Amino acid sequence: MSTKQQFVVNKAGRRVPTVVNGREQIPYQGVAVYAPKGVKHGPAIRSCNEYPEDGDKRVRDIKTALEKCGLRDGMVISTHHHLRNGDRVAVTALQAAAELGAKDLVWFPSASFPCHEPVIGLMQQGAVHHIEGSMNGPLGEFCSRGQMRGLGVLRSHGGRWQAIQDGEVKIDIAVIAAPTADPFGNADGSHGPSACGSLGFALADSMYAERVIVVTDNLVPFPCIPWQIQGNNVDCVVEVDSIGDPSQIVSGTTQVTRSPDRLLIAEYVARFIRDAGIMREGFSFQAGAGGIALAFVDHLKDMMKSAGIRARFVRGGSTRYLVDLLHDGLTDYILDGQTFDLTGVESIGSEPRHVATSPFTSYNFHGKGNFASMVDAVVLGATEVDLSFNANVVTHSDGLLLHGIGGWQNCLSAGCTILALPSFRDRIPVVVEEVTTISGPGELIDVVVCERGVAVNPRRKDLLAALRHSDLPLRTISNIKDEVEAILGGKPRRPTLTDRPVAVVKWVDGTLLDTVWQTPL
Amino acid sequence: MAKNKQESTSAPVSPAKGEAGRCGDDVRSDLFVGVEIGTTGGLKIDLSSRVSTFYGDSIEKTVVNILGAFAVKHARVEIDDKGALPFVIAARLEAALRRAGRRGDGRPKRNIPQGESSARDRLRRSRLYLPGNEPKFMINAGIHRPDGLILDLEDSVHNQEKDAARILVRNALRCVDFLGAERMVRINQLPLGLEDLDEIVPEAPEMILIPKVEDGEQVRVVHDRIRNLQTDGSKDGHVIWLMPIIESALGVENAFQIASATKTVAALTIGLEDYTADLGVRKTAEGSESLFARMRLVNAARAAGVQAIDSVFGDVGDVQGLRAWAARARSLGFEGMGCIHPRQIVPIHEAFAPSPLEIEKALAIVDAFEKAQSKGLGVVSLGTRMIDPPVVLRAQRLVELARRSDLLPQGNKFTNNAAVNPSRDDAQ
Repeated sequence: MSTKQQFVVNKAGRRVPTVVNGREQIPYQGVAVYAPKGVKHGPAIRSCNEYPEDGDKRVRDIKTALEKCGLRDGMVISTHHHLRNGDRVAVTALQAAAELGAKDLVWFPSASFPCHEPVIGLMQQGAVHHIEGSMNGPLGEFCSRGQMRGLGVLRSHGGRWQAIQDGEVKIDIAVIAAPTADPFGNADGSHGPSACGSLGFALADSMYAERVIVVTDNLVPFPCIPWQIQGNNVDCVVEVDSIGDPSQIVSGTTQVTRSPDRLLIAEYVARFIRDAGIMREGFSFQAGAGGIALAFVDHLKDMMKSAGIRARFVRGGSTRYLVDLLHDGLTDYILDGQTFDLTGVESIGSEPRHVATSPFTSYNFHGKGNFASMVDAVVLGATEVDLSFNANVVTHSDGLLLHGIGGWQNCLSAGCTILALPSFRDRIPVVVEEVTTISGPGELIDVVVCERGVAVNPRRKDLLAALRHSDLPLRTISNIKDEVEAILGGKPRRPTLTDRPVAVVKWVDGTLLDTVWQTPL
Repeated sequence: MAKNKQESTSAPVSPAKGEAGRCGDDVRSDLFVGVEIGTTGGLKIDLSSRVSTFYGDSIEKTVVNILGAFAVKHARVEIDDKGALPFVIAARLEAALRRAGRRGDGRPKRNIPQGESSARDRLRRSRLYLPGNEPKFMINAGIHRPDGLILDLEDSVHNQEKDAARILVRNALRCVDFLGAERMVRINQLPLGLEDLDEIVPEAPEMILIPKVEDGEQVRVVHDRIRNLQTDGSKDGHVIWLMPIIESALGVENAFQIASATKTVAALTIGLEDYTADLGVRKTAEGSESLFARMRLVNAARAAGVQAIDSVFGDVGDVQGLRAWAARARSLGFEGMGCIHPRQIVPIHEAFAPSPLEIEKALAIVDAFEKAQSKGLGVVSLGTRMIDPPVVLRAQRLVELARRSDLLPQGNKFTNNAAVNPSRDDAQ
């Protein structure tokens, strides 16, 4: 990185660097303005002659696989987060690369979790240069304090696919953890002792990386059915004792929140969807696995039953709550992005109407359309939302990196985007004057539902009209913000951040939406 | 006011120490504060807070103000804050200072207008218990729209925290907007409860719950203490209603004299845990062991012209059981019951609401009555039936309940302020 960083102010009014990790950047230009041209990136041509005719691509261990894939300094190594906080593969692969003497690697995870903390050591010793992917917990703190060499690049799930297709990120070696695989490299996530459901996050990497390694702890003879990852894209297969800790991969059961305030928010969300006329025969919605989202599904389910209304499809984050909808005949399909509990895993492995999706089908900016914009309503969370309905999911209000973007940005294109959140947490304001970091532009956020009321974005006159007869507590966002400040004892002081960027937030189209600044120690 | 009676306490021997509040990973919206009052060195504030980025200055200002109000010029103050609101910070610091032997006026500036008296027969379907020493449940209690909220100083507060809870509840009454819920305080059993009154009455809550009442005299003692405190300068004309809680066999026998002990008794309720313990029987979900006591209570309350309010239903997870209990309670003549979790409020309101069919019938009767009145007829008839005066009275009551429960359309709009602005008839 050059020592002198240049900045421009983008269309969201945020100061963003012109160059990130040596690559020139395009500042955010507004929603649906930027239209890139050109040809999609592709990996080098390979031929079947280079691979064993018997289809057996097994090698002894990850080190051997990395060597075989031509590991060199500065390479981009990708891994995936479908094993969530139980993942053992990413750290093992990066450590193996370090032991082979590789330096300045770029780690390109689809998301990182607290279990990936050992990567800090690899960054300190120089094996890993920086991370392009979500950072939270210890990694988030490390980056936020300015201890990482390059800039963190935060992308949505769809934005990750877009960056791969753009060629902005050229993956040298993809390491795919597979709950089940065969020696040819066909891989599946819905079966095996470490079953996690869908492997959708690894799909782009399998198609666009120069080299692909599949790592499994459940090797089956060819063919592995179903194959979510096609062995035809795979270079090597490595068998290991364990790819992860099943107890951290999926929850045994997901529980609805017991917090009365969050239950109230969930009830408001369900009533909003009903009263705004979104709940009608054949509608669709997306819900995550957060406490409020689960509870909202429970409420909506009752309303759908009593109104005799069925959904055509629901999207998740699947849990037993969505599976119940399927079994009760309240939805025709579950289109599943990732699977959060055992009921979800069992269902995706056995129920034909519970279908695995990928960021390509769901979110990709360079697709010829995607599912996210076809969903009628999506319920999301955020750490902050402001008077312009801009929202923040990546940093704490104090500026520290907290969360990845996940599919959050992509979901904003739904017919109605609902942010369901408490208006404050203890004494930390959530509804604020101006968000610390913009993760999503307010023009795409239609409703804020909190325990103190429901604020509809004034742009959505149609929703306001539809809610004319609703007995929901409708309020303006500034009215809620004022109440929050009165409760918390005045306007919060803004965090003091340095002028040094530590990470950038990409918009779904690859432009730069905002900058995360260093938090002083 | 508390400070008046104790201001003469001589200056404490230095260094005096006091602690209050809680620390630990599970603590939220509260704080721990330790104070060591010295004679030199000025004020040293050692603040560790999750929210120091946003409110560090504000916290220090609150601390300095309270120390000033207690005339403390030299002290070390250690604070471990978990996102406590200003009224909590003030309460904890005041408790620590009082425990260090200091006296002063630590009351925070009033955030909300002083409450007005509620109507004696206000809608009291639900009353939500809030532990008096647990701030995190107080802050958002109002959004769940119970008819009433009980800031509890009695059973939910540890014996060694009574002093701290009293201060916290006092501050909550000054600073927390309960969004129109009737603000009730359950004081401790007498005589400790009288000390609670000294702190609480000046904040003019709408109702005081007196626990473990066994005779009318106990009610009169409380009534008189409130009177005295009010003439000491609290707002004129503010009536603080009383709800005695009967929790023993003797109390049940004396129910009528308790209900009619003073004109400020507005409701009578029963505590079944203690009552069944007194009888030496097991409390069941279906409640036949307390049927006599509850019926007796209803009868006594009606005879004295006050509301009869039922006990709580203890199993938060059992919504069906709660609905069944509440429906039986209504059929016995109770007008409401207690809640130990906000999730119980809606089922209770639904159970105590008249059904659409009941409302329809009652409206027809009231309508027939009014028509008869306007024609100067003494006899009310509906279709082929003659309607007796008590039936009309019951119908009128039911229509009134339906109106207050937002179940009657008024024009095209549903009234939804009945619970917030009850009809104001007789604030004595």
